[in-house]
Amino acid sequence: MDHLDELEAQSIYILREAFARLKKLALLWSLGKDSNVMIWLARKAFFGKVPFAAMHVDTGKKFPEMYAFRDHYAVEWGLDLLIEPCPPIDAVDPTLPPAARSAARKTEGLKLALAKHGFDGLIAGIRRDEEATRAKERVFSPRGTEGGWDVRDQPPEFWDQFNASPPPGAHLRVHPILHWTEADIWAYTQRENIPIIPLYLSQGGKRYRSLGDQDITFPVTSNATDIPEILRELASTKVPERAGRALDHETEDAFERLRVSGYL
Amino acid sequence: MNLATPRLVPASADAQRAQLRIVIVGHVDHGKSTLVGRLLHETGSLPDGKLEMLKAVSARRGMPFEWSFLLDALQTERDQGITIDTTQIRFRTPSREVVLIDAPGHAEFLRNMITGASQADAAVLIIDALEGVRDQTRRHGYLLHLLGVRQVAVVINKMDRVGFARERFEEISREITGHLTGLGVTPTAVIPISARDGDGVAARTPAIAWYDGPTVVEALDDLAPARRLDELPLRLPVQAIYKFDDRRIVAGRIESGSLKPGDEIVIMPAGKIARIRTVEGWPKTPLTGAQGAGRSVGITLDRQLFIERGDIIAHVATAPRDTRRLKARIFWLLDTPLQAGATIRVRLGTKDSRATVVAIENAVDPGELESVGSKAIARNHVGEIDLSLAQPIAVDPYADNARTGRLVIEVNGRIAGGGLVLSVEAGQREAPVDIMPVESALRPEERSARYGHGGAVVWFTGLPGAGKSTLAQALERKLFSRGGAPVLLDGDTLRAGLNGDLGFTPKDRAENIRRLAEIATHLARNGHIAIVAAVSPAAEDRANARRIAGELFREIYVATPADVCEDRDPKGHYAKARAGNIQNFTGIGRDYEPPTAAELTIDTRGRSIADAAAEIEDLLLRDGVLFDELADAAANI
Repeated sequence: MDHLDELEAQSIYILREAFARLKKLALLWSLGKDSNVMIWLARKAFFGKVPFAAMHVDTGKKFPEMYAFRDHYAVEWGLDLLIEPCPPIDAVDPTLPPAARSAARKTEGLKLALAKHGFDGLIAGIRRDEEATRAKERVFSPRGTEGGWDVRDQPPEFWDQFNASPPPGAHLRVHPILHWTEADIWAYTQRENIPIIPLYLSQGGKRYRSLGDQDITFPVTSNATDIPEILRELASTKVPERAGRALDHETEDAFERLRVSGYL
Repeated sequence: MNLATPRLVPASADAQRAQLRIVIVGHVDHGKSTLVGRLLHETGSLPDGKLEMLKAVSARRGMPFEWSFLLDALQTERDQGITIDTTQIRFRTPSREVVLIDAPGHAEFLRNMITGASQADAAVLIIDALEGVRDQTRRHGYLLHLLGVRQVAVVINKMDRVGFARERFEEISREITGHLTGLGVTPTAVIPISARDGDGVAARTPAIAWYDGPTVVEALDDLAPARRLDELPLRLPVQAIYKFDDRRIVAGRIESGSLKPGDEIVIMPAGKIARIRTVEGWPKTPLTGAQGAGRSVGITLDRQLFIERGDIIAHVATAPRDTRRLKARIFWLLDTPLQAGATIRVRLGTKDSRATVVAIENAVDPGELESVGSKAIARNHVGEIDLSLAQPIAVDPYADNARTGRLVIEVNGRIAGGGLVLSVEAGQREAPVDIMPVESALRPEERSARYGHGGAVVWFTGLPGAGKSTLAQALERKLFSRGGAPVLLDGDTLRAGLNGDLGFTPKDRAENIRRLAEIATHLARNGHIAIVAAVSPAAEDRANARRIAGELFREIYVATPADVCEDRDPKGHYAKARAGNIQNFTGIGRDYEPPTAAELTIDTRGRSIADAAAEIEDLLLRDGVLFDELADAAANI
């Protein structure tokens, strides 16, 4: 088994544990490179069929290429697709800095979707290497009834024994690709020939490393026009992946505040 | 402070690069996070802007530059200067990719330390040169040993605070080496460093010129990656059975060994034997060739067997034991101590079983390393426990197989402790037997569609004469009238035949109940509602019946008082017992143990049989055993 095989086998194990131990699951599909890999892994885990819904919590501010990708592959991959809207910006905590406030719409949309469908498990494609608070996540991470994350009281989790009994009204976030890195995602995308949104590839000397909403994500300087070039670029760059995400840089704890209140 | 330009280790896009997971543990404030920050800096693994960010964060708090802020990402961690939760970060040494796991040192956060350390191939144990070996140092050393981390490199940090004194280094080195060796762990290296200034981390500096061992980076390079599990016997714990199309796929991860199509396998603990027909995959299927340890696979078998989550698939000649008794060494994480006699849930691989703590031995505080009694295991303490499991399970001692020889304990849905299986008391089926049960040709849904109900065991218990048989017959009639398939199993009736060899000693009574429960469960699995009417006086025997039937079991306590039963005396038993003609008769002997948690309690005084039967019917409707006819029709469209 090579490194990618090990990552894949571990993710499949986690997905199957989630499916075996939680009653009502959905997989959060943000259309980006990570969640596309996650859907691919789910199809591997369940032999071609994703046995739970794929949910897109839609801010309405994604790039046109992302919507086109969603509508095409939801059909081609046979997904049970749920599209859930987010509330307007006025409904969001006005004390947050602008980009964080904009991102927090997604948290609110997510809470509404949870209340509407009564999921007890949400599968999310976050990775430890993306951001320092994500590095502290559990694989099965309990969320309170308000969707909040109590970082100071996380259950012990060892030897792949996960806690899967959320208290009534609460839910679990399941993180099957927590142990992957950005380079792993690209290497695997290439090996498995997983389709990607073209915005990740360089056009006119710029490309997106991370895709969020149009108003809060920005492209980085890059000449990588295919995945091998992206991998070469990642091997030498010291620019963090989320450099183009405005919300991470507004205040020291902006991202932590968002995550504690339920953001991915 | 020295912040010289790091020597950048060139990255490799090679997916095959050996990866090593290393946890850094030690007493609070001995410098774990600082060492991690320093290692990242020295190996050129910090992203752009991170150093500037850390300087700004430190300045904002009016503090000197603090490496630990790199990993202490949470506000509370930075404000209090302690690591609360475990975190992971990657960097590269000249020869490998390292996943560094930083684990908190506070006793308060031991569960987070264990969460981090349980995933590690090796550990770095850090000790403050000034403070020396502390309780938490010893506790962490002990837990590493308990978690199965056998490679430990020791670093003695803050050597600058003892003037880089070689004597102090050697003193601490002797103490910790003695402690670890006592636990069966030999340190791979003991390294003097100053993490803050970089001495001994990536380079040997003049300050430690007397030291000729490896630097921390070199010591990490010397550690061996995770051991191969392919050579051990096959262990495939079943995660689930999938039937998304016409294939019936048994899914799970191979914990050790390997398998291939055509292999003869045994499903433990039941001991059923089958052959692997195919190994399924996606997008390509079926897969040929052997699948080794670590793979998440899906297999189909050459025959239809009842398999469930938690079973272990193995090769016939090298199968694990089945048991209901085992001894384990565990550590305990809950505030409430674990007591002898406690009922807990034990999780072993994908198996989850209720269990009772029969006895506790050798409870110790690993910080003090002294025995603290044997009645209970307190929080953050370690002890040996004897467990009695509600169901037979397949298990290996840890010494034979680290993957299938470790367990966790769950209390109220949350992991409360865990540890290693020391020994297994052989079950009835120490070696697999060549039994090949043949399963029904019909699927459960086919039967429930016809009968309008799922399978169930409805178990009536109560004194002789309480009204069990009468009520059971009324229920039987009622279920049959609505198109169902009830079967009455009356205790006395079965004693006339199947159980004719059994008497009335406690042992024979237990066997009588076991057989009734086995037959009833078999009927229930085949879609019938098995109605059992049996005095079943012993609570333990009824608990055993519940274990056998599992989710299918419903206990109905017919709680008619003894004097009323004796007045009724439908079979004349009370009269005979009073006359001394029946020995061991329940009721006169007052040895009936009433249920404390029956699904339903019915007192037959002053109410009609029909009314009581209707109450049972309501229970079955509520539980979804009986279907509402309209809903039933909809479900089968």
